[in-house]
Amino acid sequence: MALASRNIRKYPGFFSMTLLCMVLLYAPLAVVAAYSFNDSLSITRWGGFSFRWYLDVFFGLEADKFRDAAWNSLSIAFLAATASTIIATAASIGMVRGGEFRAKPASFALISLPLMVPEIVTAVATLIFFSAIGFVRGYATILVAHIVFCIPFAYLPIEARLRGIEGTFEEAAQDLYASRGQAFRFVLLPLMAPGIVAGYLLAFIISLDDFIITNFVKGAGIETLPTAIFGAVKQGIKPNILALSTLMLLISIGFVTISYFVSRKGVKPGGHGAPETT
Amino acid sequence: MESSKENLAVELQGVFKKYGDFVALKKIDLEIKDNEFFTLLGPSGCGKTTLLRVIAGFEEISEGTILLKGERIGDLPPNKRPINTVFQHYALFPHMTVEANVAFGMKMLGMSKAEVADRSRKMLEMVKLGDFAGRRPNQLSGGQQQRVALARAMAPGPQVLLLDEPLSALDLKLRHAMRVELKQLQMETGITFVFVTHDQEEALTMSDRIGVMDHGILQQVGTPHEIYEKPVNRFVADFIGETNIFDATISHVGDANCVCVLRNGSSVGCEAGSNPQVGAKCHLSIRPEGLEMSRANDEPRSLGGRVEQVVYLGTDTQYLIRIPSGELVTVRCQNTIADGVNYSTGDEVALKPRDGAARLLVD
Repeated sequence: MALASRNIRKYPGFFSMTLLCMVLLYAPLAVVAAYSFNDSLSITRWGGFSFRWYLDVFFGLEADKFRDAAWNSLSIAFLAATASTIIATAASIGMVRGGEFRAKPASFALISLPLMVPEIVTAVATLIFFSAIGFVRGYATILVAHIVFCIPFAYLPIEARLRGIEGTFEEAAQDLYASRGQAFRFVLLPLMAPGIVAGYLLAFIISLDDFIITNFVKGAGIETLPTAIFGAVKQGIKPNILALSTLMLLISIGFVTISYFVSRKGVKPGGHGAPETT
Repeated sequence: MESSKENLAVELQGVFKKYGDFVALKKIDLEIKDNEFFTLLGPSGCGKTTLLRVIAGFEEISEGTILLKGERIGDLPPNKRPINTVFQHYALFPHMTVEANVAFGMKMLGMSKAEVADRSRKMLEMVKLGDFAGRRPNQLSGGQQQRVALARAMAPGPQVLLLDEPLSALDLKLRHAMRVELKQLQMETGITFVFVTHDQEEALTMSDRIGVMDHGILQQVGTPHEIYEKPVNRFVADFIGETNIFDATISHVGDANCVCVLRNGSSVGCEAGSNPQVGAKCHLSIRPEGLEMSRANDEPRSLGGRVEQVVYLGTDTQYLIRIPSGELVTVRCQNTIADGVNYSTGDEVALKPRDGAARLLVD
């Protein structure tokens, strides 16, 4: 009985509630993915299976627009993820290995605040800031904004990993004649690597997906995939948007999956975890 | 005097370590000789690990001087000190093979590749892990990891090897085997070992000399024999082995000896400590094996009591005797065939310290 009472599956309505959540979350995505293979001009009537809208994305009338937008999205995601990961790694070392300092809780709040602030507020604030300092809107403004809001996403997995690495590894390295730099390069960095990769991928995907902030700071004449899709949808949803959305969904799923496996993989940094007997 | 200084490995002069208001090390003066197996012994929180970390360079000292082979090293970072450490939980690099772990220090020192490979192999063979070079640390048992940690720390040829309770994570049998191995390794290599432990048995069996610590103060430094037989104060007497402590008053002071009177009026002779004063209160320490037991007699001022518990220990039998003042006294007798006297619970017995068994404690 004691066991059964702790088993959440025994709660009344567990199954129906789960089903409801799953349907609400994933049915729309399933519909979009299914109808992207629809051989019809309508997005609601099924007209047989075809890849025509995928071909349309790559070779159709709007292909150039999508290609430019995709290039912007991917290059910004790459640069923003790289920059924010470097900053987040440095920040996590400062926070975890920096000992106790008075501004520590405040620093942590500052790092993770962008996760809490409504995105629209950040978007408006960033736009006002760029206008105030006379930063001409375009590729560079998108990039700067993305680097900033990607930092907390990169920071969290890196910090979690570093927290699990005992300080004695770095002490052992320095005890064995490694300078601080060498101890970081040969010992700490390889041990942190799974966290860094996970943080990087998360930042990449967050940048790739962002719409609100991008839309505010991008300026005229430059589009990323989300803003290009939004622009196209304003004139009515064509099936090629479904195909494009499905492609983006696949990329996202791919990255999140890699991120999940990388952060699980890697040698456990505990140090003296249950050793296998030989 | 200068010549004796030459064979010192580590010398600490007036070393203080403070964390805010907390004093972790209080005026440590210590000389560790070359090729010595030196043990820092004390209960947890006594400052022994802090002292080790100060020598390694992980902690900066607040005051004082640290010398290594006569040179000041107090301001050097750990990577500039020719001292290596075996960490309590080994801290083997989990992302490197056993061989890469052992090679790490030599590589950082800039030794040639061939030399590093050659010496790594030799070190692994020395700790009997030659076949495990390609394994990862987490594929080894606790005892094997321990030996890798030893090989890694000894490979760069340090002048002093620091060991921070390295045996505490091993099971009892392995711990006993490793004691012998460690001692042998130390004698073969001639490296000065500074070993930290809270296990007095470990300290007594392996060390050339022991430093007993409590509350950040080095209470006594001496050979295992000196520490056990001639503890300078109550803490050392109590911490090393078992002992009975009696309140006493000094009644007579001679040249080298003095006489103390216990609370029940019996007098006990002992070696005079530093500057004893007639009439001063003191403590006497008498080890369980230093008390002789006989059937109760009528001598009025002898120490005696009633046997309360008998514990058979194989080679010895241990008796707990309740003396009239209410305290329990532990007595241990060897079980020899010749001396077939046995006492049982409830027997009235008389106790007499053997010659030289009583030790006057300054506190």
